[in-house]
Amino acid sequence: MQIIRQPKVYDVCIVGSGAGGGMAAKVLAEAGAEVLLLEAGPMWDSETDSKMMTWAYESPRRGAATATKPFGEFDGCIGGWQIEGEPYTQAPGTTFDWWRARMLGGRTNHWGRISLRFGPSDFRRRSLDGLGDDWPITYDDLKPFYDKLDTLVGLFGTKEGLPNEPDGIFQPPPRPRCYELMVKQAADRLKITCIPSRLSILTRPLNGRAACHYCGQCGRGCATHSNFSSPSVLLPPALATGKLKIQPNAMAREVVTDEHGLATGVSYVNTQDRREYAVRARIVVLAASACESARLLLNSKSPRFPNGLANASGVVGKYLTDSTGSYVAGYIPKMADGVPHNEDGVGGMHLYMPWWLDNSTLDFPRGYHIEFGGGRDQPGYGIMGGIEQLNGVGGYGKQLKDDYRKYYGSIVGFSGRGEMVPNEHCYCEIDPRVVDTYGIPVLRFHWTFSDYEYNQAKHMQETFREIIHELGGTPLSPMPTREQGYRLDNGGRIIHEAGTTRMGDDPKTSAVNKWGQAHDVKNLFVADGGPFVSNADKNITWTILALSMRTSEYIAQQRSQGSL
Amino acid sequence: MKTISRRAALKLFTSAPVAAAAVISWTPLEAEQAHERMRTAARQAARQGTPFKPKFFTAREFATVSVLVDLIIPRDERSGSATDAGVPAFMDFMMIDQPRRQVAMRGGLALVDHLCEERFANTPFVRCTDEQRRQILDDIASTQTTPELSHAVAFFASFRDLTASGFWTTKMGIADLGYQGNAFVSKWNGCPDAALAKLGVSYGADHE
Repeated sequence: MQIIRQPKVYDVCIVGSGAGGGMAAKVLAEAGAEVLLLEAGPMWDSETDSKMMTWAYESPRRGAATATKPFGEFDGCIGGWQIEGEPYTQAPGTTFDWWRARMLGGRTNHWGRISLRFGPSDFRRRSLDGLGDDWPITYDDLKPFYDKLDTLVGLFGTKEGLPNEPDGIFQPPPRPRCYELMVKQAADRLKITCIPSRLSILTRPLNGRAACHYCGQCGRGCATHSNFSSPSVLLPPALATGKLKIQPNAMAREVVTDEHGLATGVSYVNTQDRREYAVRARIVVLAASACESARLLLNSKSPRFPNGLANASGVVGKYLTDSTGSYVAGYIPKMADGVPHNEDGVGGMHLYMPWWLDNSTLDFPRGYHIEFGGGRDQPGYGIMGGIEQLNGVGGYGKQLKDDYRKYYGSIVGFSGRGEMVPNEHCYCEIDPRVVDTYGIPVLRFHWTFSDYEYNQAKHMQETFREIIHELGGTPLSPMPTREQGYRLDNGGRIIHEAGTTRMGDDPKTSAVNKWGQAHDVKNLFVADGGPFVSNADKNITWTILALSMRTSEYIAQQRSQGSL
Repeated sequence: MKTISRRAALKLFTSAPVAAAAVISWTPLEAEQAHERMRTAARQAARQGTPFKPKFFTAREFATVSVLVDLIIPRDERSGSATDAGVPAFMDFMMIDQPRRQVAMRGGLALVDHLCEERFANTPFVRCTDEQRRQILDDIASTQTTPELSHAVAFFASFRDLTASGFWTTKMGIADLGYQGNAFVSKWNGCPDAALAKLGVSYGADHE
């Protein structure tokens, strides 16, 4: 097939429009660079495309999931663990579920807006416990970027002074829902730290964006731009410079290099006309998501780079991590027959529990935080499913109808989100046999949790049951066994992949340097979760954004000095 | 409580922050209009004697479904029944929308008929008396039943869940549950005193 070559040479070509790509586009366009942003999915605008404020009865499927909307048809994010025409494979006996977004803004349309800074200890785990590796940067290196990010994007929270949960520049948090106050009381009695959440949802107007209107539907895409997503916050100022061009429906195939080993651009397949295009740029920034960027590098083979680009070390695709996850729901009798009131609040929890224990006294080395939610949610598909778990029998008729009324709003669920230790059994590589519908070789995943993660999941399960009992409630599932893996979610299920192009000072053991710059290709950068040396017991988006800002400012500085 | 239309609210919120302590939501008129269109269509169909034509269910299955859902969620003093809420038509849509459910649904309905025919001299469920139907449901609607009925119990639990989805997501069901959200709220005040008192919690000295 003939490749359509475009003569224009951009200063920067960015692959991916999510947290990392959106931030890079903003910083670099504002610094005067001509930027081309490639996005694999379509354009999407929350002002016109969001299903915010839609009632279930406005749709015949009442909000149920569809093939492209695994979190329900009203969800704002197009994507999922399975995408038509874009397979991936798993090594025999291992399971990793790979989630991908395909739309402008990527998975910033999906996430829970939980905006936690990594703490000082999170950058130096090997020094602290001998496991994994240290980052080549410290919290202090990243702090100025977190600060700028807080002011740019906005988030609520409270200053707590906790040692490994750095405070930010916060807007006031919303008052807790009443069941959240009850959970906090229980947590206090159990000596579990429970504090206001830190979510990038505005409780005060900021930079031309309205404050939250408390419909609880952040996940559908906010029509008033009151929460963070790349298209709501980062892309508008980038477009306002006149320097940014967005190319949607562009599935990147490979990074193209010249005889000097420098990147000269990107080739992509237009998913609409299925033709292949080559665009040229002086600098290439990959922000396609940790695994997608690794795939792109591994597929960018040439005689000079037989193992793929930026992969002389052989670490591209390696050290893949996800947050650990485990869940327990409980029925809380005090919440039954609740007082009708609007409990929507922001699109997420108003309180959460950061890691509160000392791992040196436990049989697993890393922590987790606890997210919880429940109460009087908006009725949608699946509501009151499994009533037999609540009333003990199921049943039918008038008694059942009254039971539904009684039990509505009486469930609280607890989720752990923890840190796993990177291990050599968790990685992705190119499957030697399988291609996607565009003819691009796909990833094959290998995945094995260690006892560290299983022991941590056991601790989560025991803790959540303890909290539920403390609330006077009953867990809705039995304590899982070791054989059941303590209900530790499959790798990939928490959608926090990181580590596949990890950063480091040593080119033999890392793919990029501390600026996100490929050791082997100086005009190639990675600005997504790939450069993470380790995950943390915190959601990764805020750190992707801060790192991408830092990388992008470095690129701008190098450009102005003529070094790139 | 002051209400303004959603479109006006969106405009308001994107242009300027709102300070007034007003709860903003659909006007009753706007919400009514959307629903009215559906109701008009249903009334027209009824007047012309053209009942809902299922795409998935056979006529006999649809009759069975219609009886079953009303046994599960009957009309009472607070709200109407499952058929009043259009649950059979919703189920028919979902079977087309989620084809993986089709075999279990068709087989489950056949199993219910089989149980009736076995017990009541070859009488299928729809032609059973109300008392006979309840005898069957008394056996299969409870999870605390004999293991021989495990397949019918599993089917019924799934069918009951789908009935609940279909009923409680309607305007009628949402009003019955007392859900008061999905609204523009200009100032979030947390929970009302009555809800706090029920759970035995308070906001203490916080002023947000």
